[in-house]
Amino acid sequence: MKRLRRLEEYLFRFLMGLSLVIVLGSLMLILGTMLWRGLPSLSLAMLTQVPKGGYYLGEEGGILNAIVGSLCLAGGATLLALLLSLPVAIYLHTYAGCSRAAHLVRLAMDVLWGIPSIVYGAFAFTIMLWIGLRASLLGGIIALACLELPIIVRGMDEAFRLIPSALSEASYALGATRFETATRILLRQATAGLLTAVLLAFGRGIGDAASVLFTAGYTDRLPDSLLRPVASLPLAVFFQLGTPFPAVQQRAYAAGLVLTVIVLTLSVVARWLSRRLMHHVVR
Amino acid sequence: MGDRPHIEVQGLSVWYGGQQALKDVSVAFPAHGITAVIGPSGCGKTTLLRSMNRLLETSGEVRISGRVLLDGTDIYAPKVDVTEIRTRIGLLASKPFPLPMSIYDNVLYGPRIHGLCRRDNADATVERYLRAADLWEEVRDRLQSPAHALSTGQQQRLCLARALAVEPEVLLCDEPTAALDPISAQRIEDLLRGLKRHMTIILVTHILRQARRLADFVVFLWLGELVEAGPAEQVFNNPCNERTRAYLMGDIG
Ligand SMILES: Nc1ncnc2c1ncn2[C@@H]1O[C@H](COP(=O)(O)OP(=O)(O)OP(=O)(O)O)[C@@H](O)[C@H]1O
Ligand SMILES: [Mg+2]
Repeated sequence: MKRLRRLEEYLFRFLMGLSLVIVLGSLMLILGTMLWRGLPSLSLAMLTQVPKGGYYLGEEGGILNAIVGSLCLAGGATLLALLLSLPVAIYLHTYAGCSRAAHLVRLAMDVLWGIPSIVYGAFAFTIMLWIGLRASLLGGIIALACLELPIIVRGMDEAFRLIPSALSEASYALGATRFETATRILLRQATAGLLTAVLLAFGRGIGDAASVLFTAGYTDRLPDSLLRPVASLPLAVFFQLGTPFPAVQQRAYAAGLVLTVIVLTLSVVARWLSRRLMHHVVR
Repeated sequence: MGDRPHIEVQGLSVWYGGQQALKDVSVAFPAHGITAVIGPSGCGKTTLLRSMNRLLETSGEVRISGRVLLDGTDIYAPKVDVTEIRTRIGLLASKPFPLPMSIYDNVLYGPRIHGLCRRDNADATVERYLRAADLWEEVRDRLQSPAHALSTGQQQRLCLARALAVEPEVLLCDEPTAALDPISAQRIEDLLRGLKRHMTIILVTHILRQARRLADFVVFLWLGELVEAGPAEQVFNNPCNERTRAYLMGDIG
C-alpha cells in the first residue's frame, strides 16, 4: 500500500515534468527556428526600407511597409474594438449582472471568439462590397476590430468580475450612480486586467493573416491613406515564403522574427505598465 | 420615544430566490441615539440594514415587499431617487473597503460626485472629516498615499470619514468592529457614541456587551422575525419575550 502510493506520487511527478518539457520545448523550438532562419536575414536595410524592384517579389529592400502597415492595422483595430467594447463590458457588469440578456451576450462573445479569422475576413469583405470599399487600411481595421472585439469584451468582463462586490457597494452607499461607480471605481480597480485584455487582442490582431487577406490587400508602399491597401507582417510571411527566390524568402523569416519581437515586447511592457498602474488598487 | 421615528419599517418581507430572510418585520427607529439590532447569525440583521438604504436590490435575485419610511416618505416608492436616499443614509460595512485611490480622494469621493466640493475648500473638508473620524493626526503627512496601505483599523476609520463627508442623517453600521482589534474597536465605539448626538445610528452587532455599552434602543430578530424592540434598559433588564430572555442569557443563538 505504501509502495503503491509512493509509485503514484513518482509517476505523477514524472508526468508533470514531461508536460513541462513539452510546453517549454515547443516554445524554445519555435523561437529557435525564428532566430536561426530570421536573424541572418535581419539587417538595418530590412527594417528601414520598403521592398525594391517590382511588386513584392523584388530582391532588394526591406519590410518596413509590412512593419508600419501591421502596426497601423492592429493599432487602429484595437482602438476601434476598445471604444466599442468598453461600453459593452460595463453594461454587462454593472447594468445587466446575471440577467438573461447578459448571459446571451456572454454566450455570443464566446461563440464569436471561436469563429475562425478567415470567416471574419469574408464577413468584412462582404460588408466592404456593400458599401463600395476596396481592400484598404480601413477595411483591414474593420475586419481586425471584429476579430478583437470578443477578446476584449470577455477579458474586461473577467477583470470586472474579479472585483469584490463590496467595493461597488461602498461606492453605491455614498450615493454614486452606476455610471459613476463604473467609471471612477471599477475601471481603476480593473486597470491591469483591462490592459491585459487589450494587449491580448492586439497580439491576436497583429498576428492574424486570414482576416486581412481580402480586406487590407498588400502593397510595397508605406500606408498613406485609410482608403489604400496596406502591407502586413503575417501576409509578408505568407506571400514571400511562397516564392521560389531565396532573397525574397529571407524577408519572410525577418518578418516572422519582427512579428514575434513586437508581440514579446508588448507583453513585457504590459506587465511593467500594469504594475505601475496597480498603485492604488485595493487587494 | 415620544417624537416621530426617523425610520419606520412596515411589514417588510425579503426573499432571496425562494428563501425568505425577513418575515413581515415592522419596527420603528427613533431619531438620534443608537439602536442596536441583535440576534443570532443568519437571522436577517444584515438584510434589514441593507433594505434601509436600498442596497439589497443591487445583489442578484431579491424580492422585497413592505415599506421603509424615512421621515414619513417611503424610500421604495416609484419616483424616489435612490442615490438621494443613499446620500441621506450612510453605511459603515463590517469589512473596510477603501476605494482604489488616495486617502485624500477617498474622503472627497462623496462630496465630489454630489458637487459639494469646491477647489478652495477641499483641503478643509478632508481635514474636518478625518478629524471627525479621529484619523487626522495619523495620516496628515501622507494624505496622497494609497488608502489600502493603511492598517485595517485605520481603514475602517477612513471608511467612517468617507461616509460622514456626505453628511448623512442616518448611519447604518453592520458589525463595524468585527474585523478590528480591541483597541481599534474601542475607538470606533467612542466615535459612534460621539456621533449619536446629531445623527441616527443603527448598529448591527453580535457582541451583546457592545450593544449594552452603546445602545439606547434594541431590536431583537430571530429567524427573520422581529421578536422584541424597545429601550435598551427594558430589553436587557426586563425582556418581555421568552426567546429574548433565553438569547440574552446565552441559552440560544
Ligand atoms: N445574497 C444572498 N443570497 C441568498 N441568501 C442570502 C443572501 N444574503 C443572505 N442570505 C440568507 O438570508 C438570511 C439572513 O442573512 P443575513 O445576512 O441578513 O443574516 P445576519 O443576521 O446578518 O447574519 P450574520 O450575523 O451571520 O451576519 C440567511 O439565512 C442567509 O443565508
Ligand atoms: Mg450580517
